[in-house]
Amino acid sequence: MKRLLAELRENIRMALSALAANKLRSALTLLGVMVGVFSIILVMTAVRAMKNNIEREMGALGSRTFAVTRFPVVNFEGPHGSMRYYRRKELNIQQGQQFQKIADFAPVVGLHSPFGSFTVSSRFAETPPNVPVEGATPGVFQTNNWTMVEGRPLLTADVESARDVCVISIELAKTLFPLGSPVGQRVKIEAINYTITGVLERVGSSEAKALAVIPITTGLNRFGRRRDIGILVQAADVATLGDTMEQARGVLRTIRKVAPGEPDDFEMLTSDSLIKQFNDVTFAVRIGLAVVSSISLLAAGVGIMNIMLVSVTERTREIGVRRAIGAKKRSIMSQFIIEAVVLCEIGGLAGVILGFAGANAVAVYLLKVPPAFPADWAIFGVAICSVVGVIFGSYPAYKAANLDPIESLRYD
Amino acid sequence: MSLIRLDSICRRYEMGGETVHALRGVSISIERGEYVAIMGPSGSGKSTLMNIIGCLDTPSSGSYELNGNTVADMDDNDLADIRNREIGFVFQTFNLLSRSTALRNVELPLIYAGVDIDERREIALAALADVGLADRVEHRPNEMSGGQRQRVAVARALVNKPSLLLADEPTGNLDSKTGEEILALFKALHAKGNTLIVVTHEEEVARHARRIIRIRDGLVASDEVVT
Amino acid sequence: MNIGSEISEGLRISWEALRGNLMRSVLTTVGIVIGIVTVTLMATALEYLNTAFRDAISFLGTDVLYVDRNEWFIDNNNKFDRMQRREKITMAQVRAVEEGLSGVSGVAPSVMQGVEGLRYGDRSTGGVLMIGTNEQFIITGGASLASGRFMTKAEAAANRDLCIIGADIADKLFEKEEPLGKRITVADQRLEVIGIFEKRGSVLGGMSLDNQIVIPIQKMNRGFKWDPSCVIQIKVGDTARIPAVRDELRGLMRKIRRLPPGREDDFAINQSEALVSQFGKVSAIIAAAGFFITGLSLFVGGIGIMNIMFVSVAERTQEIGVRKAIGARNRTVLLQFLIEAAAICLLGGIIAIGITRGLVEVARVYLPKVAMSWSVVVLALTVAVGTGLISGFLPAWRAARMRPVDALRKD
Repeated sequence: MKRLLAELRENIRMALSALAANKLRSALTLLGVMVGVFSIILVMTAVRAMKNNIEREMGALGSRTFAVTRFPVVNFEGPHGSMRYYRRKELNIQQGQQFQKIADFAPVVGLHSPFGSFTVSSRFAETPPNVPVEGATPGVFQTNNWTMVEGRPLLTADVESARDVCVISIELAKTLFPLGSPVGQRVKIEAINYTITGVLERVGSSEAKALAVIPITTGLNRFGRRRDIGILVQAADVATLGDTMEQARGVLRTIRKVAPGEPDDFEMLTSDSLIKQFNDVTFAVRIGLAVVSSISLLAAGVGIMNIMLVSVTERTREIGVRRAIGAKKRSIMSQFIIEAVVLCEIGGLAGVILGFAGANAVAVYLLKVPPAFPADWAIFGVAICSVVGVIFGSYPAYKAANLDPIESLRYD
Repeated sequence: MSLIRLDSICRRYEMGGETVHALRGVSISIERGEYVAIMGPSGSGKSTLMNIIGCLDTPSSGSYELNGNTVADMDDNDLADIRNREIGFVFQTFNLLSRSTALRNVELPLIYAGVDIDERREIALAALADVGLADRVEHRPNEMSGGQRQRVAVARALVNKPSLLLADEPTGNLDSKTGEEILALFKALHAKGNTLIVVTHEEEVARHARRIIRIRDGLVASDEVVT
Repeated sequence: MNIGSEISEGLRISWEALRGNLMRSVLTTVGIVIGIVTVTLMATALEYLNTAFRDAISFLGTDVLYVDRNEWFIDNNNKFDRMQRREKITMAQVRAVEEGLSGVSGVAPSVMQGVEGLRYGDRSTGGVLMIGTNEQFIITGGASLASGRFMTKAEAAANRDLCIIGADIADKLFEKEEPLGKRITVADQRLEVIGIFEKRGSVLGGMSLDNQIVIPIQKMNRGFKWDPSCVIQIKVGDTARIPAVRDELRGLMRKIRRLPPGREDDFAINQSEALVSQFGKVSAIIAAAGFFITGLSLFVGGIGIMNIMFVSVAERTQEIGVRKAIGARNRTVLLQFLIEAAAICLLGGIIAIGITRGLVEVARVYLPKVAMSWSVVVLALTVAVGTGLISGFLPAWRAARMRPVDALRKD
């Protein structure tokens, strides 16, 4: 064991000095491996950053909450599917309120509907017309993990009397009321004044966004009643999520008068089911990208083999001398394989670092999603480098080990 | 007018931060049709002198005229053309292209001179015949003896009818019998009117020439006619 | 020495050099082959995607305008929301367009819905797309009949129980039986088959165009209680007149829908051009990313060549010296090594084209329309030679710049 370690250390030392002796050649070979690994890491990191971002968006519900909607988020059935969905009855506020009344098995039920994005103005400032205005009931504050920084959330009374009140996100508050507290102040949305009751912060959200929340009833009055709403239901805990969903399904089927045996005419989804669907659909694409991006590493491997063969030829005499003073075939072989692996590893590490940098630059500046550092791909990148080194270093090493010592001493 | 006129040629190298004076002011004239040996121990500067005469290297100072051309003013391309037309090289290690046949090796200077394909084949075959290798034209260097290789080299050197044949230790890698053969060939060439310069450290070889120039420490130590 | 003989001499020397070091030449070629194959495959795939898309949307017709409540591309939620609140396009409006618009080949209203299961005897289909329209649809819709006839104006107006079915539906419901004149059942309605469409294939391998059933529009509205906003299909007939017709149509629709001046349109006039330009943006992004990634493997191949050319220059230093001593100019030496690099790449390019060709043949089993075009071949060869020249340049430059004395001295 000790001898093996010593031999290994000697081999690595020799490999490094051989690489240093031929700097240009080593640099170019290294560059090849680096680009190969860079390619993999770049693509897979960018994919991961996008995937993470989508999962984060989908995961906003939290693990014990599910949503009920009229349409599925992603339609996997093409135009026929969408035609079928389109025929579904609207999921309106009356059904939502009815559900809320019956569903006493669910600790929290929220009804919500987006009304679009508008300009929101205060006495001090005005936003561009891109602030989402969301209609909600008090339950939504709990299901969406909104916490109050200041003031109070919407109350049942606000919803029942369709009051002109609103809760704004902390980001919006900073824009509209740069100095004092916004609570009690008024904002104007689409020519209507709303009194601010509180400021919320979105916990665990992927990005800071402006948001204005008004009672869902107020919104329906203002922006039109003919629209679908979403129902958010929070179970007591993750364990009872399944049961709660089944109960909710029964209630909804009754409310929407779905005949026994007919399929549901609504969708129920959890963060996990959404993420799973998304991952299933994109799996083939991700595999394809991994394969395409790995091809350059194959080209790099061929380059290594080529240059190692040159190296073996050039060092024929050195090999002869080593053999003459008692080096075994095995140690010659491991010397060259280690040289290939060392070369690959240096290039591979550089490739991983550059790949992370490149992909995250793309992610942050081009795709506008948070960066990702997939450790699994980094480890894979480094590991595959060793594999490439061993595979493509083996033949040259084999050739070196099987040189005739006498012949090779005579070689010049 | 002299074929070669060297006037106070100096050549300095930078070597590891130190300046080496290989030549310190050499002035020589060589006339057309001369057979000259340049002798000197290693490190005397004789190789540098040969490189300068052969337009492989340029002097640091001093002037060099070859066949009326002032070499110092020339760029890389002009020097290449001069080497191609005016000088034929014979090297100690033959320096033939190993993957090419004797004919191809001899044709090479003609290719660089832009001679067209039929003509150059004819000329190259004649040159090989002149050195007695008419039956070896399709052989590659590794299929020939040392003497044969050197004769291919001589044929290659002469194929463009240069004004000067420059040989660097032409017998250094040959046994004495083959060496004699090459020297006999040189003698015959000289008899035909060619100008020959042989760089050597062997008295034996030098004695075949008509004039011996000895170089020592970068200077001409003696310049005598062989009687 | 003229350039022609320099090149032929260069080729000859490279051939000798490549043969002289067979293993090395093979590996270098393999490196470049990998790069070129990925690039050509990517180019072929992108080309396929583009033609497939154009084929796919050809069913929309290049000279057909679609007046719709919604635009085909909705880039934000607000717009979507606003569109949802727009007034429906009603049959009355369709009639007004028919009357008001002159000099077009055809005007047809259309509404669509997915329906589950057509039945004939004990056979039934899965979900199909039902289109309610009038007699003009045969002009605007881009489909032609394989047998039977299309509905007449009278039949369309009279809300008859008839239908024209797509090729797949005919195959599925009738197998060897003659479908014409038979009655099929949809939900609780019985419809007589009066015509069968020619086979049209599918859109991008997804939605089948042969899985459609066409019925009079009033039948759809009443019989199937499906009365959504209409889409008016207008076949202009002459591509040059499209802009004029568009303008006329817009004015007409504004008048019909009584929009006061200054109000924005509450309808959209869509055209397949919009899809093309939208797709163009997407495919440009895909192409950029695809060529970047595949370009990396070409880059690696190029590095391999540069590396091996440096080795080659180093090994042949003395040869370079000899050549220079007997009169080779710098340019000649430069060209010689450049040609060597380019030649190995060209060889790689040719092999790569062969391999890509083979892979395309394999892909054809699954995607019959995949083809490798001449432009891809030209691209491959150009890229190959370009890679050779670029990656060979530095080594060749080093060789060309060698001083003959130094080159000769080295052994």
